[in-house]
Amino acid sequence: MAKRTVDVAVIGSGPGGLAAAIAAKKEGAGNVLVVERDVEMGGILLQCIHHGFGTEILGADLPGPAYAQRFEQEAISLGVETLLDTMVLDITPTRQIVAASESSGLLEVQARSIVLAMGCRERTRAQITLPGARPAGVYTAGMAQRFVNVEGFVPGRRIVILGSGDIGMIMARRLTFEGAKVARVVEIMPFLSGLMRNYVQCLLDFDIPLQLGHTISRIIGRRRVEAVEVVQVDDQWRPVPGTEEIIPCDTLLLSVGLIPENELSRNVGVALDPVTGGPYVDERFETTMPGIFAAGNVVHVYDLVDWVTEAGYVAGKHAARFAAGDRAGQLDYVRLEAGENVRYVVPHVLTRDQLPGESIKLQMRARQPIEKPVWVELRDGEKRLIRRAERYARPGEMLTLVLPERSYEDVRQAETLTVNVLER
Amino acid sequence: MAKTTELICVTCPMGCKLTVTHEGDTILGIEGNVCKRGEAYAQTELVDPRRMVATTVQVVGGVHPLVPVYTTAPIPKPLIFDLLSELRQVKLRAPILAGRVVLEDALGTGVTVLTSRDLPAAPG
Ligand SMILES: Cc1cc2nc3c(=O)[nH]c(=O)nc-3n(C[C@H](O)[C@H](O)[C@H](O)COP(=O)(O)OP(=O)(O)OC[C@H]3O[C@@H](n4cnc5c(N)ncnc54)[C@H](O)[C@@H]3O)c2cc1C
Ligand code: SF4
Repeated sequence: MAKRTVDVAVIGSGPGGLAAAIAAKKEGAGNVLVVERDVEMGGILLQCIHHGFGTEILGADLPGPAYAQRFEQEAISLGVETLLDTMVLDITPTRQIVAASESSGLLEVQARSIVLAMGCRERTRAQITLPGARPAGVYTAGMAQRFVNVEGFVPGRRIVILGSGDIGMIMARRLTFEGAKVARVVEIMPFLSGLMRNYVQCLLDFDIPLQLGHTISRIIGRRRVEAVEVVQVDDQWRPVPGTEEIIPCDTLLLSVGLIPENELSRNVGVALDPVTGGPYVDERFETTMPGIFAAGNVVHVYDLVDWVTEAGYVAGKHAARFAAGDRAGQLDYVRLEAGENVRYVVPHVLTRDQLPGESIKLQMRARQPIEKPVWVELRDGEKRLIRRAERYARPGEMLTLVLPERSYEDVRQAETLTVNVLER
Repeated sequence: MAKTTELICVTCPMGCKLTVTHEGDTILGIEGNVCKRGEAYAQTELVDPRRMVATTVQVVGGVHPLVPVYTTAPIPKPLIFDLLSELRQVKLRAPILAGRVVLEDALGTGVTVLTSRDLPAAPG
C-alpha cells in the first residue's frame, strides 16, 4: 500500500474543503493534500449552474462552477496537492486516512491534522416514507440537477416537485427552460422552505403553482410514474380526508432537505449533534477528536456558499496551527445552548482560553417563523452579553450573531451561554 | 385607468409584498414596502423586468457533453425563451476555458453570455 505523510489533509474539494486548504497553506502548513472522490474539484457547485454565488465575499454574482473554479485555481497556485478520483474509506483517531482509487488502489496518508469537508447529501424517499408503488421516475432534485446540468439528460416532460427547498425551486425553472412542464410544487409546511427570491424568480415568473400545507399521499404508476395524489394536511401533518387530488405527471422530484454527510466522522468516533446531523464543533471548527476539524455543509447545512467558504478558512487555519504543534494540554469549554425559538447554534462550545484574536460568528436557525422585528441575543443567565436587531426570523434563513473580542472576558467567566430569538 | 399590481420585492431576503397602484408605467402609490428600495424595485419590475439567465450549451469532445453558460447582466424577461433557443443552436469544441464569449450581444440587448468553467477535452 502506498503511504505518505502530510501536515493537513482535507477530505472533499467543495468550497468548504478548498477554503480550508487555502487557509492552511496561508497559515504556513507545508504539505496540504485535498482528497476528492470525484474526477474533478469543486463539489456540488459544479452542478449549480445558476447565479447567486459570491455576492457576499466576492462582490460578484457568479454561477456555481465559476465560484468553485476561482478557489480551485487559488488552491493550486498556493501549492495545495490533490488526489482526485480517490475515495476516503476510513480515518483513525491517530489521523491516518485510508483511501482507494481505481488507478492506484489502496493508499494510506498520515496527517497531522484533518479537515472533514464531505458536504451534505439529500434526504431520499426512504427518509420521508412516501407511500405507493415504486415506479421509475422518482428522483431527488439534486440527482435531476446533475442529469440536466452535467450529463445533458432531461428526466421527464411533466413534473411534480415535493418540497419548496431552493434546489427544488431552482430545478423547476431549469426544467421549464429545457421544455418540461412543472405542474406543481407541493410543500407540507404552511410556509416556504427556500428563499423568497427563488420563489419569485423560479416559480412566479413561470406561473408554476405552489401549494403550501399539502403533501403527496400516493404515487401512481406501475413501471413509470403516471400521476401523484396530493392531499391537504392539518397542523399535525395528518391528511385531510376529501381533499385528495390526482395530478398526472411522469416524474416526481423530491426536494425535502439536506443532511450532513458524516459516515466517516461517525466511524472515527467524532460526536455528532442529532439536531444538525453534523459534528459538535468549537469556534475553530475542531470536532470532539483532537486535530480533526470540519468545514462547510458537513457541520450544518448553510444557505449561502459564501459562509461555507468563510467557515473553511477558519477550520483550515486552525488545522494548520494544530499541525504545527500549537496545542497545550486539554481545552476547557464554555457551552453554547440553543434557547428560546432557536433550533440549533454553531459552534456548540467556545474554548475558554483559546479564543482567537478575531470576532466569532455564531450561526443559528430559528425554530418558528416570526414575521415581526426580533432580537437575536446572547445571555449568561440574567446577564445579556450582546444582541442584534433583525426585521424577522425564519427557519429557512440562517441568523448570525457576531461575538466581538470585547465580549471575550464575559465568555470566559461563563459556564453556559444561551442564544435566544425573541420578538422585539 | 389606475391599476393595482401585486409584486414581491426581492432586493433583500425580507421579500415584502408590494401593492402597486399605477397608471401605465407611472406609479401612483406603493404599499407594503418596509424600506425605500422597494420603490425602485417596483419601478423597474413594472417597466422593464429583467432576469439573469444560466443554462448549458452543447460540447463536442469534452469530459462532459455540456458546458454551463451565464449572462453577465440581466436580460429583459420577455426575451428569456428566445435566448434559450439561440443558445440551443450553439455547439462548442473542447477544450474550453471559463469566461469564453458564447454570445457577444445576445439578441441585441448588449448582454454577453460567457462559459462558467473550464471544460477539458476528453482523454483519447
Ligand atoms: C444537490 C445540491 C444542490 C445545492 N444547490 C445549492 C445552491 O444552489 N446554492 C447554494 O448556495 N447551495 C447549494 N447547495 C448547498 C451546497 O452544498 C453548499 O452551498 C456548498 O456547496 C457546500 O460546500 P461543501 O464544501 O461543504 O460541500 P460540497 O460542495 O458538497 O463538497 C463536498 C465534497 O466532498 C467530496 N466527498 C464526500 N465524501 C468523500 C469521501 N469519502 N472521499 C472523498 N471525497 C468525498 C464530494 O465528492 C464533494 O466534492 C446544494 C447542495 C446540494 C446537495
Ligand atoms: S422593500 Fe426593502 S425590506 Fe422589503 S424586500 Fe424590498 S429591499 Fe427588502
